[in-house]
Amino acid sequence: MSVANEETVDIKARNKDLIKEVLAVYPEKTAKRRAKHLNVHEQGKSDCGVKSNIKSIPGVMTIRGCAYAGSKGVVWGPIKDMVHISHGPVGCGQYSWSSRRNYFIGVTGVDSFGTMQFTSDFQEKDIVFGGDKKLAKLMDEIQELFPLNNGITVQSECPIGLIGDDIEAVSKVKSKEYGGKTIVPVRCEGFRGVSQSLGHHIANDAVRDYIFDKQDPAKLAAFESTPYDVAIIGDYNIGGDAWASRILLEEMGLRVIAQWSGDGTLAELEATPKAKLNVLHCYRSMNYISRHMEEKFGIPWCEYNFFGPTKIVDSLRKIASYFDDKIKEGAERVIAKYQPLMDAVVAKYRPRLEGKTVMLYVGGLRPRHVIGAYEDLGMVVVGTGYEFAHNDDYQRTAQHYVKDGTLIYDDVNGYEFEKFVEKVQPDLVGSGIKEKYVFQKMGVPFRQMHSWDYSGPYHGYDGFAIFARDMDMAINAPVWKMAKAPWKEEAAAKAIAAE
Amino acid sequence: MAQNADNVLDHFDLFRGPEYQQMLANKAEKFEGRRDPAEVERVREWLKTEEYQEKNFAREALTVNPAKACQPLGAVFVAVGFEGTVPFVHGSQGCVAYYRSHFSRHFKEPTSCVSSSMTEDAAVFGGLNNMIDGLANTHAMYKPKMIAVSTTCMAEVIGDDLNAFIKTAKEKGSVPMDFDVPFAHTPAFVGSHITGYDNAMKGIIEHFWDGKAGTTEKLVPTPNGSINFIGGFDGYTVGNLREIKRIFNEMGVKYTILGDNSDVWDTPTDGEFRMYDGGTTLEDAANAVHASATISMQEYCTEKTLPMVAEHGHQVAAFNHPISVKATDKFLMTVAKLAGVEIPASLEKERGRLVDAIADSSAHIHGKKFAIYGDPDLCYGLAEFLLELGAEPTTVLATNGNKRWEEKMKALFASSPFGKDCQVYSQKDLWHLRSLLFTRPVDFLIGNTYGKYLERDTNTPLIRIGFPIFDRHHKHRYPVWGYQGGLNVLVQILDKIFDTMDANTMIAGKTDYSFDIIR
Repeated sequence: MSVANEETVDIKARNKDLIKEVLAVYPEKTAKRRAKHLNVHEQGKSDCGVKSNIKSIPGVMTIRGCAYAGSKGVVWGPIKDMVHISHGPVGCGQYSWSSRRNYFIGVTGVDSFGTMQFTSDFQEKDIVFGGDKKLAKLMDEIQELFPLNNGITVQSECPIGLIGDDIEAVSKVKSKEYGGKTIVPVRCEGFRGVSQSLGHHIANDAVRDYIFDKQDPAKLAAFESTPYDVAIIGDYNIGGDAWASRILLEEMGLRVIAQWSGDGTLAELEATPKAKLNVLHCYRSMNYISRHMEEKFGIPWCEYNFFGPTKIVDSLRKIASYFDDKIKEGAERVIAKYQPLMDAVVAKYRPRLEGKTVMLYVGGLRPRHVIGAYEDLGMVVVGTGYEFAHNDDYQRTAQHYVKDGTLIYDDVNGYEFEKFVEKVQPDLVGSGIKEKYVFQKMGVPFRQMHSWDYSGPYHGYDGFAIFARDMDMAINAPVWKMAKAPWKEEAAAKAIAAE
Repeated sequence: MAQNADNVLDHFDLFRGPEYQQMLANKAEKFEGRRDPAEVERVREWLKTEEYQEKNFAREALTVNPAKACQPLGAVFVAVGFEGTVPFVHGSQGCVAYYRSHFSRHFKEPTSCVSSSMTEDAAVFGGLNNMIDGLANTHAMYKPKMIAVSTTCMAEVIGDDLNAFIKTAKEKGSVPMDFDVPFAHTPAFVGSHITGYDNAMKGIIEHFWDGKAGTTEKLVPTPNGSINFIGGFDGYTVGNLREIKRIFNEMGVKYTILGDNSDVWDTPTDGEFRMYDGGTTLEDAANAVHASATISMQEYCTEKTLPMVAEHGHQVAAFNHPISVKATDKFLMTVAKLAGVEIPASLEKERGRLVDAIADSSAHIHGKKFAIYGDPDLCYGLAEFLLELGAEPTTVLATNGNKRWEEKMKALFASSPFGKDCQVYSQKDLWHLRSLLFTRPVDFLIGNTYGKYLERDTNTPLIRIGFPIFDRHHKHRYPVWGYQGGLNVLVQILDKIFDTMDANTMIAGKTDYSFDIIR
């Protein structure tokens, strides 16, 4: 047995023990349920061996959000020229106001509304008597005060579905009254489903039902089609991600006719059936509409990964394979153009990051998608998990991304994650704002992998340079050497020497 | 290619380069279905008019950019202020993810809180099982001393009864019978986060004083001369509560802070994550019934709590987020009287230093117009201070202000010649304020981070005081109460005034005659 194999065997044994140790804290029933979500990955298996997309257990401090977060926060919110109403009490819209960093270009309050918080601010009387009248009036007020809005969506909060409001009827009446304006009721009440995931699905279905199915063929996008038209699906332009991706697609000779949904507009959504190919980044949140467009309009879709040069090269070639030689050559041209930049980035940062270990816990695609980018920098992902994945995500993870022995944790909670990190002692943790300070207190370098820790973009070649810089900045910051007081360190050293 | 390994460009500079600019212009022109730029310009200007303001203020159903959050946020704020306490929010789990994120973005600290993760089946059958399992899991995993329960709107709409549920959960063995599980119903569709603060604080105090939901004897107060202090919902809680403790110690006052979250939101980075740190001990919370008096620093955060406390025979006093010299004077004199102590010379000296600072700087503030928005007590405290500085709090707006607050603000304006042209707005939002900033321009705006959108649109320099502050760091560590707090607020206002002066005078050879080196 080689040394590397022995190491893997050791790591696997340690990880298995660690899972056992963590499960020991739970009441029996809970331990049984949680055991199914934790595993050590076995090379060659078709998935990661964990159950997923199952209800979170009460009281454990799940990190997950809700369907509203999946619809308003992820899918619909970034469509910049529509007004998205957080329909219900004030909180949901308040806490999600501008926090996802979906960059866009536009004049806020005039022709763009992405960083505004529109809410029906439900009061007790709205709960008791229903909110439909208020919603109708509210739409009139939007029309009057924001005349350049191109459409309205109703993002349902918990009470809407519980009190029996008919937001579909209100939307229909108002749409007719405003001459066929696009008004989309979305049933993304927070109690539906088990996580953000159902919210994505519901939001996708709402695009199908209220945009595609209601489309007037006479009013379809004005531009002439070309054989090279594509749509970017599932990129929310966090810190400009979609822009750093679009530029590469355009440089290889493709024409991007729509962005879903970062920096996107209603017109772009409407024009997407004209695409020759849908390129899909976040599979989890937008596979539904991609499949629908394939079935209904015959548009193929292709998953890609724009994190790190290795995956970018693979993805550019994969996307090009759907087109003629002109595009294939274009892809090679783009790859060649950026290679010196990538070489320079890797030469600069890899020596500083080589062999460093990472634990991830994020949302839709990143727990697997970013692994290649870390590997490009010589880093190793030793643990990963998803907030709201389904089994097809874990299949993709197992088949294309994780190494033998990787610790896998689905719907991890505060307790488990803390214990895992404490024992595994990675050099870096990548997760969200709720986790950030927990691990930094422990002296573990951390990067937020939802918001890019207010940096970005991380997609594309331009983004990889920033990604590399940021990971280096996190891990090699002098601050992590200062966590222990020197007199404590001295005492600890003496104690070890005395043993 | 703009990107460069030696000088990595991120979003600030990357997208300003010609490649991206051209790409974005092309996107807008060909695919976005954008409006005619002339039309956009026309509407942009129309938004600044009196006509628009009139329509804007005629809104009855739509709220745009409100300056308030929902009740459970306030309940979580209260709960983490007690020793070893996990806030447990009964209802949908997404809400808890939001509260934790919201606090962590403000304090740059972890915020621990659990949810009972109710979903569709709980919507139909009620959330009792979620409560039973949830309490058991929280108790086993996080080994708390107390679990403080509140509710999301989901649980409120379906009518879950916390008292009965907790009782049943205890009978089923989720937590020991004598384990402390205080609770408060905190419907998001009533009031705001300050209402939630009030309900949760009242719930915890009643739990300890009034027989723990019928499971023990009510405590009989035997006044011991101590003073209870309740801070209210406060983005500066870390700095403020420490300052208050310092003041009380300086005065020799025996006190209990009810809901002391100053440590849990300011833990060290030393290799250990402290889920719990500091906080009012449960013993102190119970013994607080024997205090002679209870003080609320924010009247509108304790509208129900304080009368309940008074029923226990305490003398009570409420303040409105004291910042000004006069307000701190009143606060100290009240404390001295209630505790039967003298105000020490050391504090008098601090007072003198604040007055000295005001005297040094008031020429730069005198006559300047300010718009203020935020929670009602904060607005009051700031307006009171500005009047003292000879400034005019021209526009004061609290989305979660009530009629009583509005009247009190008007009385404050009437008390000063500088309040003559000042207006108060309750139940209005930041889109109303946007109109007002165009039609009744002011020199400076005071508000939370979201005020930066108003700063951008109306060109009014923003002084960040309020909650949440997401885009500046560590402000919460500095007190805004007491004479020291007043000084901090004064400096923050002055910094912005001087920065603005400099920014307006720094064109070389054109405006820089006023680019003075001494101000």
